Amino acid sequence: MPETLTGASALIRALENEKVEVVFGVPGGAILPAYDPILDSTVRHILARHEQGAGHMASGYAHASGKVGVVMATSGPGATNLITPLQDAMMDSIPIVAITGQVPTTSIGYDAFQEAHTWGISMPVTKHNYLVTEVSDIPNAIKEAFHLASTGRPGPVLVDIPKDVLNQTLDWQSPGKIDLPGYRPSIKGHPKQVRSAVDLILESSRPVLYAGGGVLRSNGSESLVRFAELAALPTVTTLMARGAIPDSHPLALGMPGMHGNYTAITAMQKADLLVAVGARFDDRVTGRPDAFAPEAKIIHIDVDPAEIGKVRKADVPIVGDARTIIDQLTEEAELRIEKGAHWMDRESWLETLHNWKRKHPLSYNQDPEGPIQMQYVIEQIHRLTGGEAIVVAGVGQHQMWASQFWGFERPNTWINSGGLGTMGYAVPAAIGAKVAEPDQLVIAIDGDGCFQMTLQELITASIEGIPIKVAVMNNSSLGMVKQWQRLFYDERYSAIDLTSHTPDYVGLAESMGCIGLRAKSPSEVGPTLEKALAVTDRPVVIEFPCDPDAMVFPMVPAGASNDDVIVSAEDLP
Amino acid sequence: MNHVISALVENKPGVLARVSSMFARRGFNIHSLAVGPTVDPNMSLITIVVDGPEMEQIIKQLYKLVNTVKVTELGPEEGVIREIMLVRVNSDPTKRAEMIESASVFSARPVDVGAATITFEISGDPEHLSNFLELMRTYGIIELAQSGRIALPKDRKTKRHTTASTKSARMDPS
Ligand SMILES: Cc1ncc(C[n+]2csc(CCOP(=O)(O)OP(=O)(O)O)c2C)c(N)n1
Repeated sequence: MPETLTGASALIRALENEKVEVVFGVPGGAILPAYDPILDSTVRHILARHEQGAGHMASGYAHASGKVGVVMATSGPGATNLITPLQDAMMDSIPIVAITGQVPTTSIGYDAFQEAHTWGISMPVTKHNYLVTEVSDIPNAIKEAFHLASTGRPGPVLVDIPKDVLNQTLDWQSPGKIDLPGYRPSIKGHPKQVRSAVDLILESSRPVLYAGGGVLRSNGSESLVRFAELAALPTVTTLMARGAIPDSHPLALGMPGMHGNYTAITAMQKADLLVAVGARFDDRVTGRPDAFAPEAKIIHIDVDPAEIGKVRKADVPIVGDARTIIDQLTEEAELRIEKGAHWMDRESWLETLHNWKRKHPLSYNQDPEGPIQMQYVIEQIHRLTGGEAIVVAGVGQHQMWASQFWGFERPNTWINSGGLGTMGYAVPAAIGAKVAEPDQLVIAIDGDGCFQMTLQELITASIEGIPIKVAVMNNSSLGMVKQWQRLFYDERYSAIDLTSHTPDYVGLAESMGCIGLRAKSPSEVGPTLEKALAVTDRPVVIEFPCDPDAMVFPMVPAGASNDDVIVSAEDLP
Repeated sequence: MNHVISALVENKPGVLARVSSMFARRGFNIHSLAVGPTVDPNMSLITIVVDGPEMEQIIKQLYKLVNTVKVTELGPEEGVIREIMLVRVNSDPTKRAEMIESASVFSARPVDVGAATITFEISGDPEHLSNFLELMRTYGIIELAQSGRIALPKDRKTKRHTTASTKSARMDPS
């Protein structure tokens, strides 16, 4: 006898079948039927304070674990509140599945209470989306959603289910084989292309391996490092790929792009070959695209064929999974070496890069009597934790400094909103990461502006027992915007003042069930952090009042050529 | 330059919205778009005429849509490309026979005749239609409706075979 289930129970069963451990969400009218069977399920539900928070939690969870993050929300405002995290996950290729309630099928189109055209609104911000109108389609829709989210180029998928469909019954049947005739992502690279790529690499005397977030999405770090070593390829890691090669590795050049370091930026400018892996020639990396890496031939490896040739024509395009293709390249290169092939001499190139690194290191100055510099705080956290932590950032100056000054030694230890640049990402994403990796230390490095966008999720963290650390870098301003107004708008400051100590972050943290701490001067930074690190049973917020006038360098002004990088404040015209 | 793209897509609710939303989002210009069934009831064929140099990106972005199964670009020589048009023109009863006669050269046929107008139906490739319009302009066009373009790739295995409508287009109507 087939088992008869409601659509809602089938939904929860389908989630269990996908081995979902946790759903982040906020209930409401249209999704109510699903919140009843979840009470009896092995799936843990974490009640967020805002659907945006729930969405970023799912993203942080996915980032840290490599699994699909799941978020659930009601119709109308619940669904519209998810748009930011969906687009965020779209831009950074993060696998999440969003499940939204919808008004009953009989009310769709009648401007019913809490009706929104979720399917239409979410179409451009998802990899794919569903409106399920037949209860018997629920198991298949969920199976397809997880498949689409996690394979090929990962991304967000939304499943919208009307309330009456959740209430109808079906005879449970395990979903059949996935039938998506238009969806067949390539995995292996074409062998001919792999051979051509190795030809180019052999001939190159100034190569750069340009690693993007796709390397991490494909679990390709180890393969990447092995290949970089084999082929003597100096390697840059984009904002999305920090940790793909250890920053301490002799071939690691660090981050390129708008706030990258001089060596990473200039290596790409002077290279005769870029081996781009899981990277998309984003404008924050290329600067003015027609002036980017003018002498370089391009090998472009990506699972998404549409990325290849989108910004820069590839001499050798290879479509497929990043790790698989790196391994193919390694195998092919080893074969060639066996047959007596030699790399072009890279000595002088590696030496040039080494000299640049020495001549133009990232630097800052912490006056012991002066205001706290964010870079100093970041280095102190690194020192006291031995770098053994997952770092989650907001968006702004603090994010750039965290990426620059935290030495990343392992993959998946850096979580940030790269493509969309979503302020408010840090706190909820850190919560999601901590749920995925409860044994790891998870530290959000957040700006005061960002913090004020989603700080209420600390209530979620306290109540659910998710002991994250949040370092609030309080420069009393929207620092990054202030920096642009200083550099490009004649210091005419407009709408950037957040006013020091408003709110009282320590009191605010305590009121949400967290420990609140504050370091008032550079000498208090270390001891305060030690106190914070000693707390393990609840979330901790540490406020660092920081220099409101500091600026992030190096900087390539928006739209400028990477040749015109401003290395430090002294280079300002 | 106009390009004709033929996209075989799964016949699912909203698939047309996905295609047009993608074009809008990526800033690709659609000249015309027509959608209809195919021999396989699970598939629809969308024929899109686009301007612009970004053909490779357009085709890749179309492929990226989960419901897109196959995309073909048809150059002017590679496809049979057709539009249908209805044109209502002034028609003085004394000129009627002459008009129907010259329209027949284009394989255009009268589908509605009123006291002072005739409506012709014509199908063919875009050049054929525009030549016909030029002729009709001398009588005075009152109204006009035109479909989007539809296309099929030419069968390369059989002998090329030119239809009456394209042949007649080469005749100078004036
Ligand atoms: C949701 C959102 N709104 C606006 C912006 C534009 N923006 C980018 S950085 C920034 C300032 C961030 O300020 P803060 O969190 O204090 O960080 P800081 O730059 O001072 O380190 C703003 C407003 C954004 N990225 N995201």
